Amino acid sequence: MENLFDIFIKAIFVENMIFAYFLGMCSYLAVSKTVETSTGLGLAVIFVLGITVPVDYLINEYLLADGALSWLGPEFANIDLSFLSYIMFIAVIASMVQLVEMVIEKFSPSLYANLGIFLPLIAVNCSILGGSLFMQERDYNNIAEATTFGLGSGVGWFLAIVAIAAIREKIRYSNVPAPLRGLGITFIITGLMGIAFMAFMGIEL
Amino acid sequence: MAETKEKEPLFSSKNKKLLSEPMVRNNPITVQVLGICSALAITVKLEPSLVMAISVIAIMGTANLIISLMRSLIPPRIRIIVMLTVIASLVVLVDEILAAFLYDVSKQLSVFVGLIITNCIIMGRLEAFASSNKPWPSFLDGIGNAAGYGWILIIVGFFRELFGSGEIFGYPVFEKIGLYQTGYVDNGLMILPPAALFIVGIIIWVHRSRHPELIDIS
Repeated sequence: MENLFDIFIKAIFVENMIFAYFLGMCSYLAVSKTVETSTGLGLAVIFVLGITVPVDYLINEYLLADGALSWLGPEFANIDLSFLSYIMFIAVIASMVQLVEMVIEKFSPSLYANLGIFLPLIAVNCSILGGSLFMQERDYNNIAEATTFGLGSGVGWFLAIVAIAAIREKIRYSNVPAPLRGLGITFIITGLMGIAFMAFMGIEL
Repeated sequence: MAETKEKEPLFSSKNKKLLSEPMVRNNPITVQVLGICSALAITVKLEPSLVMAISVIAIMGTANLIISLMRSLIPPRIRIIVMLTVIASLVVLVDEILAAFLYDVSKQLSVFVGLIITNCIIMGRLEAFASSNKPWPSFLDGIGNAAGYGWILIIVGFFRELFGSGEIFGYPVFEKIGLYQTGYVDNGLMILPPAALFIVGIIIWVHRSRHPELIDIS
């Protein structure tokens, strides 16, 4: 349990998807104009990461990794399909996003109205695929750890996009040099926030 | 778009424009804001930046060509999955080639080779251009956009390596010209991730002050 908590905190602060790895920057920059829309997108990312990372974990563990197919019989023990992982992961993500979209549309039209437009965007959000690839690289021990990591990364991303959206709403009233307005200043603010987040880096959990 | 002219030369002015436009005027990173993720994360040194740029050029040209050839066959509802599959297969190829011939660089790039799949430039251009244009212009559009992405990557990589570790392609420039004797110290910030954001921010600044029509008024 303590271990799970460590992974969660680490994924949010120390290894924040945006400030430490720059994953999901495209939608982070494009959708962060107002706090409201970025909250919607952030929630959708938490949701999708929380589903795809454990599913990809199972796929990796029982189909793709070196010797993962040994449950089929001893003659399959030497098969290593990990070169297929990109295709499998992206297929899982794209279909999961589609599935989640349909389920939400069916059962919660109000949530769909809020989240709906962001869901297709998420399929090409690097932080989702990045979550799965980091999960594969770091070799988590069981599915609980993988799920915690997915949720934690999602929460970290959510915090980052809501924070930048709030700053961008404020900065509209400041006198930024014209060529820096919009995109340029957002980059520089993100850099400063990244430096602030580095304060968490030395923390041993 | 290309329907009106039956036969146009391979490098007609329109096609040349497809190549040159994304380099400066409509640069994927500074203007279209696509593909930022990888641009920032792998530019600590010049070599991985260069490898990344070349990989993206190769993948994007081919992906645009393939999707453009299949454009009338793909049902619109599932086009995103088809595109992702095409891109993912090409990325797997590049990844295996890198691992075979440039093992060190491929270790440095780690998951970021895989993340070319979700590089928004590729999806964006496939969606916006290749799915509605003929193969040859699409191919040029892919190469042009990827090159526009690549040169920003190389600029960022150049500055970060030069000021962060005093080297260019691993060659100790600052040490050779004796800068360290004068009391110069490498700027540790340049190696850290936020430096990439600052450099791209400054590139955007310079770019927009030279092209005032791009300034964001909102």
